[in-house]
Amino acid sequence: MWRRIFVVFWGAIVLAMPAGLRAQNAGEPVPGQRLFETHCAACHGPHGEGGKGPTLAQPSLPRAGDDASLRRIIQDGINGTEMPPARLHSNEIAQVAVYVRSLGSLPPDPVSGDAARGEKLFLTKAGCAVCHTIHGHGGAFGPDLSDIGLRRSAPYLRRALADPGAEVPQSYSAFRADVNLPLNFLYVRAVTRDGAEIDGVRVNEDTFSIQIRDASGHVYSFFKAELRELHKEFGKSPMPSYAAALSKDELDDLVAFLVTLRERK
Amino acid sequence: MKIILPLSFAVALAASAARAQVQVPYERLRQADNEPANWLTYGGDYAAHRYSSLTQLTPTNVACLKPLWAYQSREAGKWEVTPLVVDGVIYISERPNVITALDGRTGRALWNYRRPMPNEVAGCCGPVNRGLAILGDALYVVTFDCHLVCLDANSGKERWDVTVADYHTGQSETHAPLALKDKIIVGISGGEYGIRGFLDAYDAKTGARMWRFWTIPAPGEPGSETWTNGDSWKRGGGATWVTGTYDPDLNLLYWGVGNPSPDYNGDDRPGDDLYTCCVVALDADTGKLRWHFQYTPHDLHDWDANQVPVLVDTVLDGKPRKLLVQANRNSFFYVLDRATGAFINGAAFAKQTWASGLDAQGRPILVPGKEPSAEGTLVYPGLEGAVNWPPPAYSPLTGLFYVQAQEDYAQVFYKMEEDYKPGDQYNGGGTRNVLGQEPYGAVKAIDVTTGKVKWEFREQTSSNAGILTTASGLLFSGTRDGYCFALNAATGDVLWRFQTGGSIHGGVITYLVDGKQYVAAAAGQALFVFGL
Repeated sequence: MWRRIFVVFWGAIVLAMPAGLRAQNAGEPVPGQRLFETHCAACHGPHGEGGKGPTLAQPSLPRAGDDASLRRIIQDGINGTEMPPARLHSNEIAQVAVYVRSLGSLPPDPVSGDAARGEKLFLTKAGCAVCHTIHGHGGAFGPDLSDIGLRRSAPYLRRALADPGAEVPQSYSAFRADVNLPLNFLYVRAVTRDGAEIDGVRVNEDTFSIQIRDASGHVYSFFKAELRELHKEFGKSPMPSYAAALSKDELDDLVAFLVTLRERK
Repeated sequence: MKIILPLSFAVALAASAARAQVQVPYERLRQADNEPANWLTYGGDYAAHRYSSLTQLTPTNVACLKPLWAYQSREAGKWEVTPLVVDGVIYISERPNVITALDGRTGRALWNYRRPMPNEVAGCCGPVNRGLAILGDALYVVTFDCHLVCLDANSGKERWDVTVADYHTGQSETHAPLALKDKIIVGISGGEYGIRGFLDAYDAKTGARMWRFWTIPAPGEPGSETWTNGDSWKRGGGATWVTGTYDPDLNLLYWGVGNPSPDYNGDDRPGDDLYTCCVVALDADTGKLRWHFQYTPHDLHDWDANQVPVLVDTVLDGKPRKLLVQANRNSFFYVLDRATGAFINGAAFAKQTWASGLDAQGRPILVPGKEPSAEGTLVYPGLEGAVNWPPPAYSPLTGLFYVQAQEDYAQVFYKMEEDYKPGDQYNGGGTRNVLGQEPYGAVKAIDVTTGKVKWEFREQTSSNAGILTTASGLLFSGTRDGYCFALNAATGDVLWRFQTGGSIHGGVITYLVDGKQYVAAAAGQALFVFGL
């Protein structure tokens, strides 16, 4: 039964190519892009994908909840990190901030389904909320979907529901300076020395230990020396297809609801 | 009464480990190996072995090692310091531009020196500082805004302060100076800002500059034939941002030189771009170049050669040899003759895809198509390299060279057009990570006679911790995820670990106070000291 609970979440959260990357290919550079390439790209990647510095091509930036704080960070740097103050004028900083905000955020996408029916499906028949959180409500096993509409297009979400394993969510910032939480979504299976088997999502991992959340929400913590086996299922999704479980109209409704989720945290 | 009070006072002083005035003449530095109670230079000795002959801690009892005290900074941000220890006092550099002397038994501060820093200093990687030098009764430290400062080691009072370079042009200073004879050797950071690199010697008494070696030759100077395009040499890079080593018998100073600028676009600098990505051997008295060896000619991936050039005396093919060994950022481990600079051997120690090998002179045989490009080029290793600045160690006991490596690490390299503007980054491109990839860190033990990796200890991510080995067969280091740990130096087996809660980016050291052995490591923004 609990495997059924896996079903929904993997497909919906996949990090496809960030929206900013697609915008890059559209023609003329947007204002701020050239400045970004000069002052930011060396650490954050040419399109904010993440390199030495963290990924910026995402809808919400943990240290910059609003535009004013983003401009302040660009101007002053971040004390205690490798992020230096930018040698830019205030109007240039504003342009860079606008460009950074454009990375990783999709414009609203017209869809055919009914979002209200989709929300009901999300909470009832599809059982999505068992694993996924929206605006602080729902399960913690799957990723938070509060801003999935900013991250993923409607065609992408539809495909992910039908074929969740097609693109398992990955991050460009798999590791970076001083990160203490892994940014890749990773499904793991562990077998303890006394034969107990645990499978679930990696919550955290370091050199000597790993923490795993199973489908019931229980969090296990092991020193690796206590495990007989540890399998990291890179590129694998535990979520079965919803292509047969929901009708085409229901899938359209569910997608219509998901693309409305555009909360910027 | 009048007689009794001073007497009891004197007795109390004697019982509380009163200290003499600090005095560390050059001869003590030269013989640092004979003073395992202290840690007198950045690398532990001039050869940078980071090897201690202390044996109280052993593979048998190290499991009982526990934290005894911690000293925490009031300033946010990671530390990258290797502490000095002189006669029971620990000297550390905190960020930004703060020096503190600590009692080695208790962690209580004895003095504190704080120098204001302008808030607009650039520098690619933050206002860190990696440590100090001591000579005589003075301490020497560089500041992020490019000053060299001399302090009274007893009081922390400033004696002099000289400007090494102009920070407005992207230059900065983060490394520990090297003291030898009557000189203080100081390099420069800024390889991402189109600087022209140099290595300086300053008079330890007065701060007057005694010589300067430019790492990018001017037109007409030897090596200038490798800079054929106008005035590109003026912004050619070649930073000297990691402390080098010194052979007193040969009187040669060995220093790694950084990447050419701009990093990822070589169109403006056709040729080998000497002396970037080289180790240079300089006459310590004059700063004149004796020899150089270039690891990565015409580098396009920011694989600088600033990794510590460690000096090893050993037997090769039945003959005693004076070697210089370096695990290079480009993924190859090199063995050179340090008297002549002749290449002896080299081998890849981590995954790489850019060279099919090294030729008889040690020059890489390039794999075509690995240059950065507009559409992006996937290359192993990524820009941070298979190894970066964290100080390695060499144990004469095991004959192994130990290095914090980064494995299974690729990045996509982009080439872009970029104009030079003083003070701005001048990279000519950028990099990004590979989607979903999780490269890992590893302590690798490399046999210096064969270049073969004998064992590796796997870490979750790459580590910037320095390595320490001891005559009892222990290896200490740390992880980015916060563990300070001890391994069996012969096998790599884990013997002890402690989670500090902060990334360990500095050098782990050991010292003795009142006959007791301690281990110290900077973690996060604190210094942890461990003992039995």
